[in-house]
Amino acid sequence: MELEAAKMIGAGIAIGLGAIGPGIGEGIAASKALEAIGRNPEAAGKITPLMFVSMAIAESTAIYALVISLIILFG
Amino acid sequence: MGLNISLSPEVLFQIGNFPITNSFLGGLVLSLVIVLGVWWLNRNLKKDVPGKFQNVAEILISGAFDFVVSIIGSEKKARRIFPLAFTMFIFILISNLATYIPGQAAVTLHRGEETVSVFRAVMADYGMVFVMTMVTVILVQIIAIAVHGPFGYLGKFFNFKSPLSFFLGLMDIVGELAKIVSLSFRLFGNIFAGEVLGAVMLFLAPFFMPLPFLFLGLLSAVVQAFVFAVLTVVFVKLAAEIEEEETLEQASI
Repeated sequence: MELEAAKMIGAGIAIGLGAIGPGIGEGIAASKALEAIGRNPEAAGKITPLMFVSMAIAESTAIYALVISLIILFG
Repeated sequence: MGLNISLSPEVLFQIGNFPITNSFLGGLVLSLVIVLGVWWLNRNLKKDVPGKFQNVAEILISGAFDFVVSIIGSEKKARRIFPLAFTMFIFILISNLATYIPGQAAVTLHRGEETVSVFRAVMADYGMVFVMTMVTVILVQIIAIAVHGPFGYLGKFFNFKSPLSFFLGLMDIVGELAKIVSLSFRLFGNIFAGEVLGAVMLFLAPFFMPLPFLFLGLLSAVVQAFVFAVLTVVFVKLAAEIEEEETLEQASI
């Protein structure tokens, strides 16, 4: 296999597999936050920023995978 | 015609041995804009009837301060950390939003064969993000040493009470190092990926396809600035916390 083709496949696999976990995790975070807002709509102002922070933390592994694949492609 | 994407910022020109990159130039220009804006706002402060910009600034600052107090718990501590966190938030927010000013991508500079765009998203330069992360991480370590004392600080990492707590202490070192990676890669990755995504979409299907991705980028520009500042506050809060065990020990001494 040529090096270029191997690089492309590697980058695709890296971001594809790396996005699975954070996708599930962020979905759970959003659904629980919306559930909480549905039960207590007055707390929406408090819940929303916390949801964004925890989603950003859950996202970090996807971002690692993204950076790795970007380095493989353009680095 | 090919895509021109590079991880490191492009060098525009050199002063002596010091290379001036496009994101460095953008950072300087934006800092100047922020400093001049704040200076102008500060000169025009009025006590009785505030103007439009003063109103906006007051709402923003008092809202952010209340939020920091709600995270950190006491107003005295919040007063100390608020200037740093809010400066980081404003700088990241403005430098992220500045990439959405239309027409600036057309400003280019010819250096021999290649064409280099003069403006680049400041946070798409890993050096800049890394420096801001190191400010946060070093500050957190200093606060931890100041609160727990030098021996208490080392005792958190090298704990010989039992094999399990020794192992957990070593894992704490890894956790501290992972903070550097996670905090910096999150901001850099989001902004750089937004830029690359926009460029690729513009390349594949011009003019209309990139629009939804630009909206997504706008959202992540605001959210990432917010997250970086909030995580700084949260790390400081965790470092300044005294655990119950420790307070008991201190009380017994």
